[in-house]
Amino acid sequence: MHMNEIGLNQILFVSTILFFIGIYGFLTRRNMITILMSVELILNSININFLAFNKYLYPGKLDGLFFTIFIITIAAAEAAVAIAIIIHFYRKIKSIQSDDAGVMKF
Amino acid sequence: MLAVTARKIFRSAIYLLFSLIGVAGLYFYMEYEFIAAVQVVVYVGGIVVLIIFSIFLTQESGRDMKEASLLSMLFTGFGVCFGAVLTLLLIDQWNFMPSVEAPLVPTVQEIGRQMLSTTNYGYVLPFEVVSMLLLGAMIGCIVIAMKVKASDKEID
Repeated sequence: MHMNEIGLNQILFVSTILFFIGIYGFLTRRNMITILMSVELILNSININFLAFNKYLYPGKLDGLFFTIFIITIAAAEAAVAIAIIIHFYRKIKSIQSDDAGVMKF
Repeated sequence: MLAVTARKIFRSAIYLLFSLIGVAGLYFYMEYEFIAAVQVVVYVGGIVVLIIFSIFLTQESGRDMKEASLLSMLFTGFGVCFGAVLTLLLIDQWNFMPSVEAPLVPTVQEIGRQMLSTTNYGYVLPFEVVSMLLLGAMIGCIVIAMKVKASDKEID
């Protein structure tokens, strides 16, 4: 079967690279929307991990598939809530840099 | 990687779009066509569009973004490279044993039956919980982003 030539290690390689690129973007960026975009990249890399393990180690069960569906759903809901918070924040303070978020401190 | 290092914010969103389409292609190659389709519809067609809308609403598409200080970029890059190399070496030395179970082709009927059954491998409880969470998230978004005309004061 032509699938086994790619192997599990290569797909995990791709997902690890994506994960660490997402973490770099999350810690480096100052604009809040780009921080959200990095979080979505991280969640996508986690999905790749789940599906790769499901395919190569447990081909009889579908657990990874369901977990992936739930992760996509929850990521969509969380991105929507984050956008709502960002828009509300922009209306009060006219900027979306994370330096100006100090006004929310207690 | 271009999605996290681009200067203009709109280009960063477009690079994210390409990354997500690439991930959907990877799912397609792993013979999970259902998840690839879900990814394209939800992520690409939903979340990236939402992000682009919010970029337009906050009106920063033209200007260049401020860059993080060079020191923080250097330290973060070094830490990320170190973590990546560590994880990759760990993965390389791990022996994954391929399973000998019969492969189960995930057709849509099979996914549906397993998601809604309450016996073995039933996933109906997380399904209901996630649908309630979606409802709560929708209501929360509308409440947070509502413009109340009565209050025009600023937060102190």
